[in-house]
Amino acid sequence: MARKLPPVDIVIVGMGWAGGIMAKELGPTGLKIVVLERGGPRTTQDDFNIPQIRDDLRFQQRNELMMDVAKDTLTVRNNPSEEALPMRRLGSFLPGEGVGGSGVHWSGHNWRWADQDLKIRSNYEQRYGKKYIPDDMNLKDWGISYAELEPYYEKFEYTAGISGKAGNLNGKIQKGGNPFEGARKKDYPLPPLTAALATNMFTKASNELGFHAFPRPTSQMSKPFTNIDGQQLGQCQYCGYCEKFGCESNAKGSPHITVIPVALKNENVDLRTFSWVQKVLLDSTGKKATGVLYVNVLTGEEIEQPADLVILSGFQLNNVHLLLLSGIGKPYDPKTREGLVGANYCYQAGGGRTGAIQLFFDDRSFNPFMAAGGLGAVVDDFHYNQDFDRAKAGGYIGGATIAAGGSNARPINYHPVPPGTPQWGSEWKREVAKWYQGSVVVNGTGSVMPHPDNCLTLDPTYKNRFGQPLLRMTFDFHENDFKVMSHAVDMSAKIAKAMNPKMMFNNFSKAGWTSVPYQSTHNTGGAMMGSDPRTSVVNKYLQSWDVHNVFVTGAAVFPHNSSYNPTGPVGAMAFWAADAIKNRYLKNPGLLV
Amino acid sequence: MPDPKMRRRDVLLGAGVVGASALPIAAPPAVAQPAAPAATPAKGAAPAAGPAPAGYTFLKPSEQAFVEAMVDHMIPADELTPSGTDVGLAIFIDRACAGSWGKGDRLYLQGPWKQGSANQGYQLPLTPAELYQRGIAGSNAYCRKTWGKSFDRLAAADKETFLKDLAAGKIMFAGGIPGREFFTMAYQTVMEGLFSDPIYGGNRNMVGWRMVGFPGVGANNAENIKKYNDGTRFTVEPLGIADFS
Ligand SMILES: Cc1cc2nc3c(=O)[nH]c(=O)nc-3n(C[C@H](O)[C@H](O)[C@H](O)COP(=O)(O)OP(=O)(O)OC[C@H]3O[C@@H](n4cnc5c(N)ncnc54)[C@H](O)[C@@H]3O)c2cc1C
Repeated sequence: MARKLPPVDIVIVGMGWAGGIMAKELGPTGLKIVVLERGGPRTTQDDFNIPQIRDDLRFQQRNELMMDVAKDTLTVRNNPSEEALPMRRLGSFLPGEGVGGSGVHWSGHNWRWADQDLKIRSNYEQRYGKKYIPDDMNLKDWGISYAELEPYYEKFEYTAGISGKAGNLNGKIQKGGNPFEGARKKDYPLPPLTAALATNMFTKASNELGFHAFPRPTSQMSKPFTNIDGQQLGQCQYCGYCEKFGCESNAKGSPHITVIPVALKNENVDLRTFSWVQKVLLDSTGKKATGVLYVNVLTGEEIEQPADLVILSGFQLNNVHLLLLSGIGKPYDPKTREGLVGANYCYQAGGGRTGAIQLFFDDRSFNPFMAAGGLGAVVDDFHYNQDFDRAKAGGYIGGATIAAGGSNARPINYHPVPPGTPQWGSEWKREVAKWYQGSVVVNGTGSVMPHPDNCLTLDPTYKNRFGQPLLRMTFDFHENDFKVMSHAVDMSAKIAKAMNPKMMFNNFSKAGWTSVPYQSTHNTGGAMMGSDPRTSVVNKYLQSWDVHNVFVTGAAVFPHNSSYNPTGPVGAMAFWAADAIKNRYLKNPGLLV
Repeated sequence: MPDPKMRRRDVLLGAGVVGASALPIAAPPAVAQPAAPAATPAKGAAPAAGPAPAGYTFLKPSEQAFVEAMVDHMIPADELTPSGTDVGLAIFIDRACAGSWGKGDRLYLQGPWKQGSANQGYQLPLTPAELYQRGIAGSNAYCRKTWGKSFDRLAAADKETFLKDLAAGKIMFAGGIPGREFFTMAYQTVMEGLFSDPIYGGNRNMVGWRMVGFPGVGANNAENIKKYNDGTRFTVEPLGIADFS
């Protein structure tokens, strides 16, 4: 029997970006709030100090900051007729574990997902007709608008610290920014990062072709920065140890130096690390949560924490897993295509694995190790550009951003050579030495639309260290995704050619998704939001339709995946939902719509 | 013809001698143990601590021979770097196998075990250290069958053929371990040994970093990135973790 603790008002599961924002926003209510985080505490001084943090073997190869799959992993398969097998090693994606979550080792690319995504079905029906959307594509409006989220995007940007250049200020297009972005009331809090040679060449080539390149908005501080809560961040040093690493200079927006310390100033906020939530507990009606069950992983003790309100702020996969383990909502079954929890799981195409153009120059050095997680330039002409006619570009839905500029050149993984080079020996070394300084990648990142085979369910065979069924991921890229990437590769090649390299190569293929090499931690869906309880898991305030005192944050609520990275809307929607909880739910608990 | 580079271990292993089982049990290695210095140090002064010794802690002699031959073949001495062994790659691999990674840290090792598709990734019930040992045994068995010698004794051209076939997935070891699984891991450790921080025993004198011009761990480039954006190469003496410690 679990030891039962005295009840509290709110339990938050997970202390990453979303959990940190929730705790900070709800802290001032004075209510008793417990945050349960499965991993340990983290500080910049102790965990991200120089020189230890700049250890490519430990942090990139051995994934020391990420979730430990020996304790809990997923099973994976490409389609429902395959038998899923455990992802025995981390690979394709790298969710975090410990205070700050994935936010300590993210790359910082920050986007505002606007009505192009939030009203996706309406947009396509209107522009291309109902028939344009394949019957088996469960494309959905999100039930929320950009106008509603705009102030919250701003709040996230001024909390995390984003370096960038506005492209649309109050409806006025700004030269040098992204002309296709949603109108913003305020520019980014910080000017763009210093551009490197590769970025400048990409920008020039793109603009000469009539596209609109702009510096990638990203959470590395171009200058020292004080955020809206008075938290101080340092200036980025372009050290090239950013994605997959913590920052010793506090120059990357991370929850552990922004929202979390601010939340913990409230004495009523109690952070319990090494506390692994097993499930949400429901009352006998199954319609109300009574708290959570968790394990103190330092002792193995099972503990029940009663609470009036439960906020799931694990990573996307964890939140869907917890919903399924707790029996909240109807689980999706890919055979019958019924049920909702676990449906519309999406990923992102690209990530360097496919759709990258590698350019080689022998007359200049790019010094590619002078880099930051989000350094680079982007072209959004084939993604957020509403005028771009997809019907003429292969007939797809969604699109791809095209970018250049690298996050690092750490040589264990970064030693590009032209195809056909031997894998070892003196000739290999000569080619590595020759091209290390002279290579650039131009690559597309593609949206992924829902497909009825792609989903998250519970695995019938494999268990985690607590004896609970693993989450089972069924995923593959489908026709629409390949169309997006195929077009993106053509456009990338066009830009790459205009950069005038000595040689260039294209790695596009229609190969299926593999769990092995890293691609991105942009997993979405499984608890989609919407305006109808029959077709969505949570409402626009991220509140469970089935159990109204459970809220779900993070990318799990996205009904499809964009080409943009997910954390902008994850952050904005956490602020938005926190406001709804503070101003409405706590006063009158019940369904908010 | 005796190989001038033959090492003491080769003698112990009966290298080149067919039918190793006929060998007598090896006598203790003939390393002369020097007598303790006659003069004891001045009272109160502890003996000086020397530099960290490099030697094997995990790999067995036959495994050492394989790993040295493999890293020397993949990373031969030339104008860019010394040989793989001299760069410390064999010691790097020994340490990696002996350490937590080798013992299966961050590896989900629960059954049942099925082969699965390539997209499902690694599915063997072996830790990396176990896979290294079984892979070496499997490789040597294959090489003996094909060429009559263990891998380390092969001519360079045969080593090349073997590694290429291993990489291409053409070899299945007796007992059912796919050769490619072993290759993928072994190749990864060669890259790690060549390019990771020298504190782990490889990349000695940062030759891997020097080969490409990687500056190591000390980078503070907020000013450099402004100066070096015209195609000029930034060169600097690389620094590793130990240089800061
Ligand atoms: C290498 C890398 C690069 C990335 N780059 C970008 C980028 O450039 N741009 C972008 O937008 N996004 C990026 N991301 C993704 C980004 O990190 C996530 O979108 C973001 O952190 C999600 O926030 P979250 O609060 O939902 O989850 P997280 O920040 O992951 O936090 C979840 C927390 O919950 C905890 N938790 C989970 N389950 C339980 C449980 N059962 N009990 C208790 N605690 C639990 C976890 O340990 C974790 O601390 C990147 C991710 C990685 C790994």
